[in-house]
Amino acid sequence: MAIITYRDALNQALREEMRHDDRVFIMGEEVGVYQGAYKVSKGLLQEFGEMRVVDTPITELGFAGVGVGAAMVGLRPIIEFMTWNFALLALDQVVNAAAKMLYMSGGQYNIPIVFRGPNGAALQLSAQHSQSWESWLAHIPGLKVVTPGTPYDAKGLLKTAIRDENPVVVLEGEMLYNLKGEVPEEEYFIPLGKAQVKREGDHCSIITFGKMIHVALQAADQLAKEGIHVDVVDLLTVRPMDIESIAASVRKTNRAVVLEEGWEVAGMGAQIADVIQRECFDDLDAPVLRVHQEDVPMPYAKNLERAAKPDLPKTIAAVKQVMYL
Amino acid sequence: MVRKKTESTDTQLRRELMQQMLLIRRFEERAAEAYALGKIGGFCHLYIGQEAVGVGAISVLRDDDYVIGSYRDHGQALARGMTPRTIMAELFGRSDGSSHGKGGSMHLFDRNLNFLGGHGIVGGHIPLATGVGFAIKYRGGDQVCLCFFGEAAVNGGAFHEALNMAALWKLPVIYMIENNRYGMGTALERASAINDIAERACSYDMPNEVVDGQDVMAVRAATQRAVQRARSEHIPTLVEVRTYRFMGHSMSDAVSGTYRSKEELEEHMKRDPIALLRTDMEKRGEWSDADMTKLDEELKATVEDAYNFADASPEPTLDTLHEDVYAESAPVGEPAIATAATAR
Repeated sequence: MAIITYRDALNQALREEMRHDDRVFIMGEEVGVYQGAYKVSKGLLQEFGEMRVVDTPITELGFAGVGVGAAMVGLRPIIEFMTWNFALLALDQVVNAAAKMLYMSGGQYNIPIVFRGPNGAALQLSAQHSQSWESWLAHIPGLKVVTPGTPYDAKGLLKTAIRDENPVVVLEGEMLYNLKGEVPEEEYFIPLGKAQVKREGDHCSIITFGKMIHVALQAADQLAKEGIHVDVVDLLTVRPMDIESIAASVRKTNRAVVLEEGWEVAGMGAQIADVIQRECFDDLDAPVLRVHQEDVPMPYAKNLERAAKPDLPKTIAAVKQVMYL
Repeated sequence: MVRKKTESTDTQLRRELMQQMLLIRRFEERAAEAYALGKIGGFCHLYIGQEAVGVGAISVLRDDDYVIGSYRDHGQALARGMTPRTIMAELFGRSDGSSHGKGGSMHLFDRNLNFLGGHGIVGGHIPLATGVGFAIKYRGGDQVCLCFFGEAAVNGGAFHEALNMAALWKLPVIYMIENNRYGMGTALERASAINDIAERACSYDMPNEVVDGQDVMAVRAATQRAVQRARSEHIPTLVEVRTYRFMGHSMSDAVSGTYRSKEELEEHMKRDPIALLRTDMEKRGEWSDADMTKLDEELKATVEDAYNFADASPEPTLDTLHEDVYAESAPVGEPAIATAATAR
């Protein structure tokens, strides 16, 4: 199996789907001539031409709407946001237009569109460029929200997202683009809405998604050395959420830590904890704990930034706490 | 377009335009009554006074062209060919409505007529029109997209972003400002740094035109010029149609009062688009009081039928509450569904 980067895995998904279906096009800032701000769309302009690889002005609200309009009349746009932080300018189109069109038209106009781009903190980008938007977007009925954490998952989920008949938000990890991993040569797809147990264990569950999967796996490695075996559930899709997989894990371990990159208040973890208390009330041996970003805008200074982010020590501490160790 | 028409064809055209404008007028009057009776809820923005805009502009389109508009959409929906029955039933929130009661007054859609909806966020749908233009160009078609919005929308970012891209990429879109002088209760002069808002197009080197929106033939002619440019040269146009709404912003707004005087309203009502066309047709000797009475009776009956149809239509069943949140996708790994729109 080939070892490729998360960036190249996404690139392969785009390329394969654009070859497969000529209704698919990609539009966004710097996707063409510049070859992608993060080089995810590298080489696509050369292969598909400027009608299908469209450089836009810096106008998120505008080009997100162009995508929705094109989707209404039969195209299948992929809208790249240079980061999801900039996509806030486009939320009217994502939330008010794309997510609601099918419902308010009484089933007449579905919007097969992908909104994708990097999400979450990188390094020292400070307050406006370091945010995780999962809970904002997952809040909206009509959207699907996927959060791939590995090259394999990125490719398989993006390919499925492009073939979906609904608006799908793909939250990529800004720090993951260089991450390498195994990706098969042959074509494959990963279904939306299905979680994956990435590490089996029976002492405690860590429920997580996106970039944090790597923190969870590191925590599992370290804790294993102390004889604590963690079940790591990667949601892959946060909407629709795979409630059965969460419940199955917690029923096995009786303890859960929810790990997310974003903030605590009204975060994804709150939703997941609610699922656990409803589905697994009688199975729990400890309160569900959450690990998340500190409740502050992201600071710039290295030490402050490190302190603000969810990390390995915080995750390990939370697991030990639910195990009363 | 054939330039030289026979007189009888022109007469026929004016009769059709009269029929459509009067249908909208009578429909909206009945909707107002239904609203007062509590049959219609929520927001309800009437088109009375602006009929010549939607009717004149849509009258030059082909069936395979696209129309998209704002929440003041009843008139455009009727002009595009949606039936009074399906619209009234939607206003009533009933299962036979165009969106089966899920959309209401502000969200009328008809896929079969390429009527891409009423949209409720001021200016939010203008980029969608640009996207439709993009799709037309992408497929190499010669359709156009006609996009209606109020003059208040030109002060928002969506308008500028959408027009810039349409001009930059040469997309076949006609952006039609229905300048009815007020964004809800705020006069144009109190909201826009320039009052001749067609000039906004100059920022994008886009052809633009100002038209008398009470004169249905003038709206038609201006739209024809813009459609021709869009169809044959893929050049977008900004048309500012100067009109006036004779009712409040919505049903919950007084017709006159805090932001406009009764005198101003009465002055504008002297230029009722239906009365203007009627006078013109009478001068040409092709319309009489008897014609008017006959048409009016027919249309009142049509609207009454729509009202009764809507009133008799069942409420949507509760099992539809969760339907149409998501569309069904092909099985994972199978080719994506070829939608009906793709064929157009």
